[in-house]
Amino acid sequence: MTSPLVVEPLFHIGPVPITQPVVATWVIMAVMVLGALLLKRRLKQRPGKAQVVAELITGALDDQIRDVVQSDPAPYRVLIGTIFLFVLIANWSGMLPGVEPPTAHLETDAALALMVFVATLYHGVRSNGFVGYLKTFAQPTWVMIPLNLVEQITRTFSLIIRLFGNVMSGVFVIGIMLSLAGLLVPIPLMALDLLTGAVQAYIFAILGCVFIGAAVSEGRDAGFPERSAS
Amino acid sequence: MTVEEISILSAAIAVSFGALGPGLGEGRAVAAALDAIARQPESAGTISRTLFVGLAMIETMAIYCLVVALLVLFANPFVK
Repeated sequence: MTSPLVVEPLFHIGPVPITQPVVATWVIMAVMVLGALLLKRRLKQRPGKAQVVAELITGALDDQIRDVVQSDPAPYRVLIGTIFLFVLIANWSGMLPGVEPPTAHLETDAALALMVFVATLYHGVRSNGFVGYLKTFAQPTWVMIPLNLVEQITRTFSLIIRLFGNVMSGVFVIGIMLSLAGLLVPIPLMALDLLTGAVQAYIFAILGCVFIGAAVSEGRDAGFPERSAS
Repeated sequence: MTVEEISILSAAIAVSFGALGPGLGEGRAVAAALDAIARQPESAGTISRTLFVGLAMIETMAIYCLVVALLVLFANPFVK
């Protein structure tokens, strides 16, 4: 049985080894960009089917972001929406034969979580100023400074492990079932994987939103109740 | 016992005890959510959405244990 923590390189471009998750990530990115460009070219006042679906997704995302951040969702829509759609497509790409979801490998999840981390810092500094954002680490008292610093790291880490563990365990269980029981038996598990993938994409996006919202609002009203999750 | 045998045993213990706590927690969460839906059927949508997020959070604890078990099995630093 191969370890889920190791990836074998598919081929090399010069000295750079290219692995299967990298290829899958680039294909998903290309599909998303091409789809967005196609949709953008055909925008009309009287929308067609595809535009209605796209507007529905955007509206639902806006509602969720507004619920969490309690302000205008426009500055966060691009990042949170892209992360949600990418993680969703990546999780569901495991249903295609021969494709392993890129999110089932630690590196992709680490990159996504680092993006959320950097966005948290960026939005915190942008809305509170550099000194103002640093001051939020001393909320409610200066005793909390080490805890607040540790929290920044641990929640990013748990964001990585959560997505990785959920998607990877799904792939792993399907592999074990397939080798033990044979063809067509893992189909119920794959259906469960579709649900898990959607829920995990939603949670990843919402948690990123919660972190950013907390960084933005902590400076606005000091002594705000802690909104971060495990 | 060699390090490998201890690793296999500890992976099994980690997953089994790691499944125990989240199992109890998820049971309580679902029971509370059903109670709330029975009292206020009109807010079933909000409650079930929050429930799903909460369940995924609780389940994450079990997933952490699974990751630890896989680390012990596949990436054990004490096995040469």
